[in-house]
Amino acid sequence: MAKVIVVTSGKGGVGKTTSAAAIGTGLALQGKKTVVIDFDVGLRNLDLVMGCERRVVFDFINVINDGIRLHQALIKDKRVENLYILPTSQTRDKDALHREGVEKALEELRQDFDYIICDSPAGIEKGAQMALYFADEAIVVTNPEVSSVRDSDRIIGILNSKSRRAELGQEPIRQHLLLTRYDVERVQKGEMLKLEDVLEILAIPLLGVIPQDEAVLQASNIGMPVVLDERSTAGQAYMDAVRRLMGEQLELRFVAPPKRGFMQWLLRRSA
Amino acid sequence: MRLLEFLKLSRRPPSAETAKQRLQVIIAHERTAGPAYDFLPLLQRELLEVIRKYVEVDPNKVKVDIDKGESISVLEVNIELPPGLPRSQLV
Repeated sequence: MAKVIVVTSGKGGVGKTTSAAAIGTGLALQGKKTVVIDFDVGLRNLDLVMGCERRVVFDFINVINDGIRLHQALIKDKRVENLYILPTSQTRDKDALHREGVEKALEELRQDFDYIICDSPAGIEKGAQMALYFADEAIVVTNPEVSSVRDSDRIIGILNSKSRRAELGQEPIRQHLLLTRYDVERVQKGEMLKLEDVLEILAIPLLGVIPQDEAVLQASNIGMPVVLDERSTAGQAYMDAVRRLMGEQLELRFVAPPKRGFMQWLLRRSA
Repeated sequence: MRLLEFLKLSRRPPSAETAKQRLQVIIAHERTAGPAYDFLPLLQRELLEVIRKYVEVDPNKVKVDIDKGESISVLEVNIELPPGLPRSQLV
């Protein structure tokens, strides 16, 4: 049975789309047939981050409102088998999304896919609520920064009260914390919230910690999900998160400062 | 230090340049032809109606692809005709 997973955060700019692209691609790399859906109507960006912006013909909104079939709007990724992208409209607004249409599309996708990743828009309004309404699980993307943690807490509240599972009194949405842009050195200096602090405040299970890594920007520049950069720390951390999502138990990596070699120690001393 | 930077640069293609080019192509499309692409669902429906006057086609066998390029864009419509169609019916 397919799982619908929303990637959400409340706050903008914390890495929702980057994370949705990375996790969707990671699941496909693990052999799971996966579709990533852009719910940010009017501000389409998933296509750019995943490098298929020139191939968008029809979109999610056309499927919901204009009688276009899903298979026509789905874009098959050219690099990874089992990976599909469902872009949103760049010209309409969130009112083009309605619950019945979204439900019908998701039900159809459930027949065919193992994972359906919903990339939520920022905010807590209609667009974000639509993205999370039908979710079975939620990945709450948070930066170790005060406003992001507060907004994550708000969105956790909404997951618990305004989703279909909440309204029908079903088992609640399974929530996961994904801490992104984590800078171990700044944490060590006491300049950044620690993982433990964020976990204590938000009190949901941890899916992964993605270190601050220049590879993330490099990857989005060229339209490649960062998990495909296998040497990058962020790519490896996302891949760990994917495997945890699939049920594996893995130790956290990249949360302690890297051990310095003798040469680096010497260079630092002389600097 | 110079040498190090040189080595680093030559190893990696400058991704910022790629980013700029990608943005220029897609933003040019959105500024000019952007909303104009909204006609595509209707175009497809009307195309199908015309074709159906001559042969029956399965809407699931219609594939529309686009490649938005810098100077030209290519719209590709592939319609699979039913197998074993008699020659006379193809007109």
